[in-house]
Amino acid sequence: MSSSTPGSPTTRTLHLAVDLTDAGAHPAAWRTLGSQARQLFDADRLQDLVSTAQRGTVDLVLFDDAFSLQPGRRGGVQGRLDAALVAARLAPRSEGVGLVPTVTTTHTEPFHVSKALATIDHASHGRAGWQVAVSTGADDAAHVGRRQAPDVAAAWAEAAEAIDVVSRLWDSWEDDAEIRDVETGRFVDRDKLHYVDHDGVHFAVKGPSITPRPPQGHPVVVVRVDSDAALAVAAEHADVVRVRATTLEEARALREQVRSAAADHGRDPDDVIVLVDLYAVIGPDRASAQARLDLLEGLAGVSWDTDSYTHVGTDRDLAVTAEEWFLAGAADGFTVRPSSLQTDLVALVDGVVPLLRRAGIYRTEYTGTTLRDSLGLARPANRYAAAIA
Amino acid sequence: MTTTPAPRPDGRPRKQIHLGAHFPGVNNTTVWSDPRSRSHIDFSSFEHLARRAEAARFDFFFLAEGLRLREHKGLIHDLDVVGRPDTLPVLAALAAVTDRLGLAGTINTTFNEPYELARQFATLDLLSGGRAAWNLVTSSDAFTGANFRRGGFLDYSERYERAAEIVDVARQLWDSWSDDAVDADAETGEFLREGAVQRVDHDGKHFDVHGTFTTPRGPQGHPVLFQAGDSGEGREFAAATADVVFSLHGSFEDGQVFYRDVKDRLAAYGRTEDSLKILPATTVVLGDTAEDAAEEAALIRRQQVSGPTAIAYLEQVWGRDLTAYDPEGPLPDVEPDVDNASLTRGKVRHVKDPGPVVAAWREKAAAHGWSIRDLVIEVTGRNQFVGTAQQVADDIDRYVQEDASDGFILVPHLTPEGLDPFFDQVVPLLQERGSFRTEYTGTTLRDHLGLELPGVGGSQAADLEGARA
Ligand SMILES: Cc1cc2nc3c(=O)[nH]c(=O)nc-3n(C[C@H](O)[C@H](O)[C@H](O)COP(=O)(O)O)c2cc1C
Repeated sequence: MSSSTPGSPTTRTLHLAVDLTDAGAHPAAWRTLGSQARQLFDADRLQDLVSTAQRGTVDLVLFDDAFSLQPGRRGGVQGRLDAALVAARLAPRSEGVGLVPTVTTTHTEPFHVSKALATIDHASHGRAGWQVAVSTGADDAAHVGRRQAPDVAAAWAEAAEAIDVVSRLWDSWEDDAEIRDVETGRFVDRDKLHYVDHDGVHFAVKGPSITPRPPQGHPVVVVRVDSDAALAVAAEHADVVRVRATTLEEARALREQVRSAAADHGRDPDDVIVLVDLYAVIGPDRASAQARLDLLEGLAGVSWDTDSYTHVGTDRDLAVTAEEWFLAGAADGFTVRPSSLQTDLVALVDGVVPLLRRAGIYRTEYTGTTLRDSLGLARPANRYAAAIA
Repeated sequence: MTTTPAPRPDGRPRKQIHLGAHFPGVNNTTVWSDPRSRSHIDFSSFEHLARRAEAARFDFFFLAEGLRLREHKGLIHDLDVVGRPDTLPVLAALAAVTDRLGLAGTINTTFNEPYELARQFATLDLLSGGRAAWNLVTSSDAFTGANFRRGGFLDYSERYERAAEIVDVARQLWDSWSDDAVDADAETGEFLREGAVQRVDHDGKHFDVHGTFTTPRGPQGHPVLFQAGDSGEGREFAAATADVVFSLHGSFEDGQVFYRDVKDRLAAYGRTEDSLKILPATTVVLGDTAEDAAEEAALIRRQQVSGPTAIAYLEQVWGRDLTAYDPEGPLPDVEPDVDNASLTRGKVRHVKDPGPVVAAWREKAAAHGWSIRDLVIEVTGRNQFVGTAQQVADDIDRYVQEDASDGFILVPHLTPEGLDPFFDQVVPLLQERGSFRTEYTGTTLRDHLGLELPGVGGSQAADLEGARA
């Protein structure tokens, strides 16, 4: 259990997420790996990355996913593993760090999604999260062949329903449902198992889940806000909200927007953690960071338009910016997207993190065992247990 | 270390036994009331069984699956273990704590889409270094369908048709990437080798799948395919498609008949007998003497069939509430309600026609002086090897050498340590006889099972049409 009070000013610390997708955020990052680029799909490489993130006591790592191949024209990495299974593979050999795969709601079954994420939470003893994604592409739809791709608004409306059903399924077992009462021969107390009986617009799901309630109650829900429709869903359902901004003022306005939208849903805004995307090219000095970016851009043949805050410079400058944005209330933290995992992740962990720790705004060790502990988020009450009490 | 196996008495080369370790989970053989029984959810339980199975050089670890909690008389059945984690994430996590052990998971073909399953299994195969296996089951009831978007949309008669099409599509997707597709040439900037990834265009009765697959081909090309289903169609599907049959025919004579039946179907598909392994489920009870083991086995059976469990089982057959009856007393004198056959849901029905079954049971119980509980213990008994380690090793080897099976999937009655005595005592004896490996000779599950690597483009649609004609 968390010892900190969520959102209280004395304990408020900066949160860091790191995107471990592909070889890094820059499409040409894999070309700096040399012959190791062929090992991009190896579990050992992923294991090393997570260990590094863990050394930096980052809150969580993210693995992107989609039902389509990355477009090949920019010479980037092509090929994806199922992100939920990547997270599961990393669960037994990691500690402290949250594991957050992207799982789409558009072409999947909430029943399957619910038990997969619950299981990652069980296997990691409470370190699972879920980055909710929708799919509006015709490619994805053609792979599943069930229907036309929905538009953005429809896809997020469906996502909202999916999150609701998934979290109901997480609650469909009360925490103490397993009783093993030898006297009466009952393994479970069936009164503590609940049908979710969802009959909605997009699906009907009976329940209960086959998987008992996960250690965190609900794995942490992450929503990336890139549309009004996504904002609406994030405000209602997300524990962590990812936003993109290029200036401190823009970030502060976005954070306020998210917080007030959450309040409109009757939520405490401090229960919503807003992370700003931060693309990072980190070097010993500004010139060498720029030189490395130039090299990557030269390889890719295009300049890097990240459409969000981009840092090209030293670890010191990055730490200063992070502290400034954090203290100004522009961000609860950042989702760092290292341009190249091989270089920038290590620079983040061994360069930036010690500076943030010295500034007193970042943890020196994991304070709890679960991802909710790291984020200072309470374990959600079970809605069905609450209804009876 | 290699042992030269002695030939069989008839001069044929000695068969190597294949062994799988089943993580028990939800079934009516798991004894949860024993103080040694631990969590069936916590990962440490899965890890224990998998690590011990790997140390014993087992072929694979095996997980079953259910997609709706069982109900009895309209209420959640609460007498057996209830609840389990999700199959594929458990296997992916186990890949982190094992190196060679095959990882076999049961995944229903009715309530899943081929594109998603194909990428999940390709991912598991990559993340485990070639150890993935998929046990295809086809249950299609609307009861389970109530947990899914499309509900109970599949007719029982279409279950294998859909399964065959799923496998066909999955194979096309797995084969759409050549083994060396990831070139990652830093010099030229070419990540995927030109022409090494093909589009898939499938239009079928159950699925339309168009586009480019996302996931590189795993070390095994295709994961190993298991089949568990016992009807004629199920056996035909296995002959056309599967690498392993998970069967319930574990007794010697029944095993031999089933073995012949399934292996004789292979030729029609141009397959050799070695290309399909038949592995029945079985349990093992060991003792220092044969008497000890028999006593222990009887004790376990009584733990498996508690009084309430015995009554609930009879209720399934009778189609009536029988809670008024004493499980330690005689069989109910009321007649079964033949029209009320779906008293228990979410479980494979064993008794299809209660009338004659009940009559036969009454006769049997009267002749032996059995109580309700005694009878249920008797009629729900499954194949068991009971005896000293030496006797069990002899029996298992005889079953395999005399073609009652190619090995076994061992179902422990205790979680997670139930197979430890088998690993410690029986495996060394099988190794001494030269019937079971002492070291892994390969790295993939296909290697362990002696199965060939499927070539790209060599996949064939499971052609059930021809077989039915
Ligand atoms: C040995 C064995 C194991 C099985 N395990 C499962 C299982 O884990 N999950 C499941 O849904 N069905 C399981 N089944 C049920 C099969 O899916 C079921 O037999 C099939 O859907 C119906 O096919 P059939 O008519 O050919 O038997 C199992 C069946 C057998 C024989």
